[in-house]
Amino acid sequence: MIIHHPILGPRDAQEFVYLGDAALMNRPDGMTAGIEEFHDWLYNRDNPAGEHQELWYHEQGDRSWLVVTRNTVTHEITKVELARDVARSKGRSK
Amino acid sequence: MTQSNRISGGQIDRSKTLRFTFDGITYQGHPGDTLASALLANGVRLMGRSFKYHRPRGPLTSGSEEPNALVELRTGGRQEPNTRATVAELFDGLTANSQNRWPSLRFDAMGVNDRLSTFFAAGFYYKTFMWPKTFWEKLYEPIIRRAAGLGSVTREEDPDEYDKGFLHCDLLVIGAGPTGLMAALTAGRSGKRVILADEDFRMGGRLNAETHAVGGQAGADWAAGVVAELASMPNVRLMTRTTVIGAFDHGVYGAVERVSDHLPTPAPGKPRQVLWRIYSGRAILAGGATERPIAFENNDRPGIMLAGALRAYANRWGVKVGERVAVFTNNDDGLRTADDLRAKGVEVVAVIDSRQGEEVIDTSGRLGLKSITVRDGKGRTREIAVEALGVSGGWNPNVNIHSHHRSRPVYDPTIAAFVPGAEGPPGLLVAGAASGALSTHAALRTGRDAAVEALGLTGAAELPEAEDAPVRVKALWHVNHGKGRAWVDQQNDVTVKDVKLAKQENFTSVEHLKRYTTLGMATDQGKTSNVIGLAIMAELTGRSIPETGTTIYRPPYTPVAMGALAGRSRGKEFKPFRLTPSHHWAAEQGAVFVEVGMWLRTQWVPKAGETEWRQSVDREVLATRKSVGICDVTTLGKIDIQGTDAGAFLDRVYANTFSSLAVGKCRYGLMLREDGIVFDDGTTARMGENEYVMTTTTANAVTVFRHLEYCRQVLWPDMDVQLISTTEAWAQFSVAGPNARKLLQKVVDQDISDAAFPYMGAGNITVCGGMRARLFRISFSGELAYEIAVPTRYGDALLREMLARGAEFDPIVYGTEALGVMRIEKGHVAGGELNGQSTALNMGLGKMVSKKKDSIGMVLSQREGLVDPDGYRLVGVKPVDANGRISAGSHLLEKGAAVVAANDGGWLTSKVYSPHIGCDIALGYLKAGDRKIGQRMRAVNLLIGQDTEVEIVSPHFFDPEGERLRG
Repeated sequence: MIIHHPILGPRDAQEFVYLGDAALMNRPDGMTAGIEEFHDWLYNRDNPAGEHQELWYHEQGDRSWLVVTRNTVTHEITKVELARDVARSKGRSK
Repeated sequence: MTQSNRISGGQIDRSKTLRFTFDGITYQGHPGDTLASALLANGVRLMGRSFKYHRPRGPLTSGSEEPNALVELRTGGRQEPNTRATVAELFDGLTANSQNRWPSLRFDAMGVNDRLSTFFAAGFYYKTFMWPKTFWEKLYEPIIRRAAGLGSVTREEDPDEYDKGFLHCDLLVIGAGPTGLMAALTAGRSGKRVILADEDFRMGGRLNAETHAVGGQAGADWAAGVVAELASMPNVRLMTRTTVIGAFDHGVYGAVERVSDHLPTPAPGKPRQVLWRIYSGRAILAGGATERPIAFENNDRPGIMLAGALRAYANRWGVKVGERVAVFTNNDDGLRTADDLRAKGVEVVAVIDSRQGEEVIDTSGRLGLKSITVRDGKGRTREIAVEALGVSGGWNPNVNIHSHHRSRPVYDPTIAAFVPGAEGPPGLLVAGAASGALSTHAALRTGRDAAVEALGLTGAAELPEAEDAPVRVKALWHVNHGKGRAWVDQQNDVTVKDVKLAKQENFTSVEHLKRYTTLGMATDQGKTSNVIGLAIMAELTGRSIPETGTTIYRPPYTPVAMGALAGRSRGKEFKPFRLTPSHHWAAEQGAVFVEVGMWLRTQWVPKAGETEWRQSVDREVLATRKSVGICDVTTLGKIDIQGTDAGAFLDRVYANTFSSLAVGKCRYGLMLREDGIVFDDGTTARMGENEYVMTTTTANAVTVFRHLEYCRQVLWPDMDVQLISTTEAWAQFSVAGPNARKLLQKVVDQDISDAAFPYMGAGNITVCGGMRARLFRISFSGELAYEIAVPTRYGDALLREMLARGAEFDPIVYGTEALGVMRIEKGHVAGGELNGQSTALNMGLGKMVSKKKDSIGMVLSQREGLVDPDGYRLVGVKPVDANGRISAGSHLLEKGAAVVAANDGGWLTSKVYSPHIGCDIALGYLKAGDRKIGQRMRAVNLLIGQDTEVEIVSPHFFDPEGERLRG
């Protein structure tokens, strides 16, 4: 697979480490959320046949974490963003 | 009998003669020959035995689809089994042997299987060898494995190199027949970067095997002219002997180039094969078509081959397969074989055209074809003496690569074959015979048009004139006659009867048919057999062929050597390691090394007279505890963390608190995973207001860094915190023992007295008169200890300086074994305890998890199951009798309890011999272990027969109050 890195252009998927569903970035606040909420966030994920947002890490590259939108059926990649930008757009800060 | 069957013509170099042996007999051939063509030229039709029935077999084909003529090539470490003689390029001195026969190819004792065929029909394993159950592994399987099989694997190491490579192009053209050549020519002339790959050693595809004219000259000459023009283009890369094995995602194709298989040995510095990863903008599949046989009784005798192969041997290699030849066909193309052979002066005694109502119903000749029996439309039979029979059941487009992303081929009744379906790999076009366009003109036209479409070219080159004969075929999959066996899949010995049996037992889906009968599961992947098998199943079940469908096509297109997949990742290169800064010093001392993670570390450093590893390790431990020892701990992960939010960031990633740490101090940190399990540990020092230095375990240096980047970029994107790994930037040594400070003071420029540099102090210092360095007063051994770091390239010098300047203290260098002994004596957790299943509570560190702040893993570490008061707790374990032996991995049981899993109380995670305590000691996890200190239990290890009475003790065997390290 080839991932079009938003900064570095097309890169082979072998340069990356895969983490999983990008929903992982929606980590609850540990001071307010309880075990149930954390458990649901950590373990319960959708497994769509189709468009899927997922986290990839450019370990053999610039160390960017990326959010890759990929079709799990065709492997077509329709969007690649810096995870930091996506996190900020979801209201994550410090 | 020298090349008795060689006839005129062909693309072989008759000016040179090559000698080769097959089963010990020497033969002659010419450059341009394959092993099969050369053997046939020498009158050898018998080349192998079949997989199950050990039937005598000769080549069915002249290409890579060959199911029968599998041989072992070469000898010694270069011996390679299951090689198709039809594609093995002849070279002088080639040694080939037949396989799957004993004692000889002509007389094979296992041929008895053929007589017992009733017992070996499809599914016979499942039915016959079911009972008794225990017989399978010990009796049935070994016998079956010996009896059925292919070639044998050499026990010697392959002396050759294999490599991997990467290529980029605008257009990849797969196959260099008329289609591929025309596509590559069109693209090449446009200036685009083109790769043209073909599995053959000579480009031209079927043009080399046919007598068709192209552009007014012989097809093979036209092909040679195009290849010459392409070779002159700097933007075109021609790759012969290169099989494109699969279509992968996003325009990536895999290809294997057999660089040296056609040579006695690879040229110096050259690999045997290269596995290429080709990144293509667009690709054209011009893979041609594969001829299909017809199933009839005894259709597998040596001398019976595909009609197209028969004329390929005549036209390309100047070989007649026999004196008297017949052709059995259901289509016009088969008739060409008769015409071409007659033109070459070969006697064609019969042309049996099923469209005229005639069929071949049986054959004779055990080791080679002697006669065929023909039935005419009126049911009359006649026997005809022949040595060769060409069979044509039509041509199957090679849809494989197009179907690698699960596109299903569709059935085209006008050519009685499957053609590529919709939605193949994005960017891939199919042209020529592979798309079902079977005439030479159609190949040239579709090849050109595909290149124009793929690259968006304007204007198209003129096409050379070529034949454009229509396909006239009437489907015939098998001949209905008699009770004998008619082969569908010759490589796996699957017959029409087996297909019928599968139907009878309701394995009617093609995927079930495949698995029940093994149809198409041999190394040829059913290239000549799958379509016949599914067509017969369609007939039996009354379904149409499209309804029946095909099985899934998967890479690789043809078999790939394991060596090519491994490339250079073998031996030490499989898992490279780094050398520590003290490596050269240690090597000078004759140190013993061990691979730890991605490093090679000193395990111990033997002194003269020491013959047992324990002598060295015990001495290193005792010397360190008595005076001072030095250990290279460079391998620990080191991460510089800077920024105004660095402290707050560490509070999030560590279970305990770091923002409150004073500048110039360090602290032990415990890092959890989000599920509450301990991830890693280490010490982190605060070097400045906004500057920390973290250490990780050797094993987790990479994953911790990845995790920190994740936290920083994804979870808390606005935190002002920067990271850099400095693992390889600093050489770091642990200096431990009562004289550690005195020794260090000899090299450190600043005052490091206890007052100036107290326990858990950290700071930037200089050594040896100005060299920048870092010093941390931390201890893993329980001794007064420091870790000192200098830039990596000065590590070797620092070690030598410390040993020289501190000689009065008799310093020793200790390795990982002594390190392990001392940390276990002290009760520190490491690899065996940080096992990915244990919590801080399990390790006796539960209080370190601060609930006053949010940190990774804090919430879920409080789950009910993880805070069980009766859960595992870290304990120390030692035998009651000092001479008793215990082992890591042993399980702890109550005295008198039966040794069953239900009574398991825990296990030993790490064990060493402690010279300080004078017996084996271990750490372990024990249920409610914190309440069992002082109890006696048993450490049981069934694998090595140990059952030792032990005492459960505190994990802190040595200096539990920590007086020494604060000294």
